[in-house]
Amino acid sequence: MAEALSREEVARVAELAMLRLTDEELETFTPQLAAVLEHAEDVEALDVHGLEPTQHPYPLVNVFRADVVEGFDNRDAALAMGPEVEDDLFRVPPAHGEEP
Amino acid sequence: MSTWETVIGLEVHAELATESKMFSPARNEFGGEPNTNVHPVCLGLPGTLPVVNEKAIELAIRVGLALNCSINRCVFARKNYFYPDMPKDYQISQYDQPLNTDGFVDLPNGTRIRIERAHLEEDTGKSTHIGTSGRIAGADYSLVDYNRAGVPLLEIVSHPDLRSADDARAYVQELRAALVAVGASDGKMEEGSLRVDANVSVRPAGSDELRTRCEIKNVNSLRSLGRAIAYEAKRHIQLYENGERPIQETRHWDEEAGRTQPGRSKEEAEDYRYFDDPDLVAVDPSAEWIEEIRAALPTLPAELRAEWITAGADPELAGTVISRGLGPLVAEATAVGADINKTLNHAANTIDPEELGQLTPDGLAETVKMELDGQLTSTQAKTVLQDLMELGGSAAEIATSRGFEAMDRGELEAMLDQVIADNPDEWTRFCEGEAKLQGFFTGQLMKATRGQADGKVINQLLQAKKNA
Amino acid sequence: MRTALEIANLVRSGELSATEAVEESLASIEAQEPQIHAFNTVVADRALDRARAVDQAVAAGSDPGPLAGVPIALKDNMCTSGIPTTCSSKILDGWKPPYDATIVEKLAGAGAVLVGKTNLDEFAMGSSTENSAFGPTRNPLNPSLVPGGSSGGSAAAVAANMVPLSFGSDTGGSIRQPAALCGTVGLKPTYGAVSRYGLVAFASSLDQIGPFTNTVADAAVAFETIGGHDPRDTTSIPQPVPNVTEALERGADGLRVGVIAEMMGGAIEGFEPEVLARTREAADALAAAGAEVEEVSLESTIYGLSAYYLIAPAEASSNLARYDGVRYGNRVAQGTSTADMMVATRTAGFGAEVKRRIMLGTYALSAGYYDAFYGKAQRVRTLIIDDFNAAYEKFDVLLSPTSPCVAFPFGAKADPLTMYLNDVCTIPSNLAGHPAISVPFRTGANDLPVGVQVLGPMLGEAAIFQAAAVLETAA
Ligand SMILES: [Mg+2]
Ligand SMILES: [Zn+2]
Repeated sequence: MAEALSREEVARVAELAMLRLTDEELETFTPQLAAVLEHAEDVEALDVHGLEPTQHPYPLVNVFRADVVEGFDNRDAALAMGPEVEDDLFRVPPAHGEEP
Repeated sequence: MSTWETVIGLEVHAELATESKMFSPARNEFGGEPNTNVHPVCLGLPGTLPVVNEKAIELAIRVGLALNCSINRCVFARKNYFYPDMPKDYQISQYDQPLNTDGFVDLPNGTRIRIERAHLEEDTGKSTHIGTSGRIAGADYSLVDYNRAGVPLLEIVSHPDLRSADDARAYVQELRAALVAVGASDGKMEEGSLRVDANVSVRPAGSDELRTRCEIKNVNSLRSLGRAIAYEAKRHIQLYENGERPIQETRHWDEEAGRTQPGRSKEEAEDYRYFDDPDLVAVDPSAEWIEEIRAALPTLPAELRAEWITAGADPELAGTVISRGLGPLVAEATAVGADINKTLNHAANTIDPEELGQLTPDGLAETVKMELDGQLTSTQAKTVLQDLMELGGSAAEIATSRGFEAMDRGELEAMLDQVIADNPDEWTRFCEGEAKLQGFFTGQLMKATRGQADGKVINQLLQAKKNA
Repeated sequence: MRTALEIANLVRSGELSATEAVEESLASIEAQEPQIHAFNTVVADRALDRARAVDQAVAAGSDPGPLAGVPIALKDNMCTSGIPTTCSSKILDGWKPPYDATIVEKLAGAGAVLVGKTNLDEFAMGSSTENSAFGPTRNPLNPSLVPGGSSGGSAAAVAANMVPLSFGSDTGGSIRQPAALCGTVGLKPTYGAVSRYGLVAFASSLDQIGPFTNTVADAAVAFETIGGHDPRDTTSIPQPVPNVTEALERGADGLRVGVIAEMMGGAIEGFEPEVLARTREAADALAAAGAEVEEVSLESTIYGLSAYYLIAPAEASSNLARYDGVRYGNRVAQGTSTADMMVATRTAGFGAEVKRRIMLGTYALSAGYYDAFYGKAQRVRTLIIDDFNAAYEKFDVLLSPTSPCVAFPFGAKADPLTMYLNDVCTIPSNLAGHPAISVPFRTGANDLPVGVQVLGPMLGEAAIFQAAAVLETAA
């Protein structure tokens, strides 16, 4: 399946996950993650052709709620827990780049 | 110099007109004080779980049927990317198994535009960028409001079958008419309930290649859509003719400057890490449910337009009325006997679709009938319709209370005789062929009747007297 | 200390006040907590208030419910309105949810009294509770050993008799393994039997809440209290909770028991001999009580670990994206942009194990690897379910060790893969969504408790309780 995981790949994955790794962390994490992925390769021995993937152990379908508005009486608490709130709005540092 | 052909595909996001949000019981409402239409679920609080709003599925199926789509068993998937407007830092959307696929829309000019898919997803919140520029670039900080976060969206993706800015506008009008007609959305572009992104590329006319496309965002009106497409096509053509080529990117339409500007470049392809949302289960609409929804659909705008044209309606007028969303009103009014062209005329020019108020199809039909019978002049008919919208009631009562008594033909004739007697010279010149004096006599009669005479009747009387 | 059922019965009959029961629990916590560190938060005043309300209800002649006055503890990844819910992570340190999890409402409705929130491996990722941002929990049987994890705090609180009943979450064994290492009963119910609403997600398709108790009967009443359909959780099973208390008195006569060969020194290696010996003795005890016991091979379970360590991190990488410093939790640094702030917050807020799993999952889902990893793992899951279902045509329950080893010293399994291998017996039930219970069965190396696992089919809780009750008596 996969060749040994490279430092560059771990760095790219960290970036996708919004994490910053120091060089030492990259050094430690790379072989650790590679070992887990290598272990995962034993599933290659299995023939899973023709098998449907399992998304949920208990197959349910069409689980809906009625279109009814439910109030939330604890809104002030929800806003109060924002790290920075201004006029009931959540404040964040300036955005760079655009919405995808 | 070769001739170029523009190739356009549109992605239209329509907010669905539900009471509550897609996966959260918070209110789905435009505007409102910041962060009031929120609930732990749509704030993405740890531990909360989404539950699908059945009404959103039903509305999406209505649209799917109106767009001639197949309705499929579908699943929700997570689209992962970090953005402060998005409470969970993933958007619940549909990926490889969407609800609606393979539909089409026929434009009034007969062109068929294929729909690839129309899938359900949740809207994001809204950021306001604070700083001198008021835009993202150069902002000091941003403020986030989650009132819109989690509002149900239907993303309707067309194939790249559109070939001109006009067709693109016509397509959006058709789509909007269908969305409004089936009650799925209010279709208001200015409030953002309908948002259009355009994928634009060009190619030598007659070729069937697909060249590098740019996705244009921030198009807030049909007018901007046309302008943005025309601008972008021209930009591509110029690049090719200078021996350069466009790069695939997202560009933003700047309405004031009248041009598109590069947004975030797509040099590194996004990796959204789509996977089926493990918190949700598949939606598999039964054939019975789909048929129940189909049976309850109103006559669709395109069908109405075809019926009217067969009945002798002016095609352009019919198109305008459809795109104003007044198809159902006109259909009901004509069903109780109103003249099609007169009704369409009022629907195109007099009736404000946003302010229908108390106006009923019966009221409209009654007004049109009175106008046709000469009981109301066209100006009076407009006034009656305004009153019906504001106050309701019957057209006849309004006409009476406004003093719009139909002029007795004999009474009018007597008044005309008086006018002729008062202006003998003018009358002689009129009878000798000075046609512009018709306006003079009409004006005199209108003055004498304080505007209550019907111009058409006056005209008939004048011709009759002249030829007598 | 009294069992949960004893307390509830005494409180309901007016022979013991809930206040006394709660005071006793608080005193036990105060005495042992410096040594054990089972709790992240203790809510003494609130607990006493609630206990008084229970006593007033009893005095007024009404029945507060089947857990009347029972002091309970919840793993600190279950949302409690106004009470800190930290997931033992710096990123949520001090966060007070503005809402209650469904299980919190159900327990309060049954008369139980929350005394505190227990320590865990950060975001439930670990098998030793060493990954807590607030320091490890110690095993009450020997403070130099880990209690297991990730629900180590809940296991230790029951094992140390601080509370007779606590709750944990089990994604790959996080209830059963610490129960085994601390010598308590631990149940992972059928996926969907207990609502996940308000449980901070680790891996959504695997997570289940379940109880820790000192007796099988307490686990039964706890399960009956927290189970049942919840419209706020789409994956919740729309059926009534199986009645399991009834099954406790059935004995083992005619019960068909399959012992999983792969976990008895077969294909899967690394089991302590004492653990295997006790599991065999447990099988013998069931046979002696009238059960038909046979070995059964479940080949696909060998691959459970591999599938799990792709699926769980993949779901976790997405579930943990929301900790970005915008809406709640701790924003570590402003940075020059939103993205900067998010990166700084996540980098400082998450511990190493959480980062490892987020990266593993991000990788498994990323373009080009999805089919090879996540997609394949979901198919392996199907294979495991098919294998289990075939076995359940012949057997009512299956038997295996819970953990390959007894409680181990701090730092003994510093290598992540070595730690992950600890979950090899528990993971298959999570992948299949099936229920399983760990029952203490005698002792292994260093006189430390051994846990035996009884596995059952979907919604087969009654059968596993039936077997568990027999094992409890024979132990
Ligand atoms: Mg799109
Ligand atoms: Zn979209």
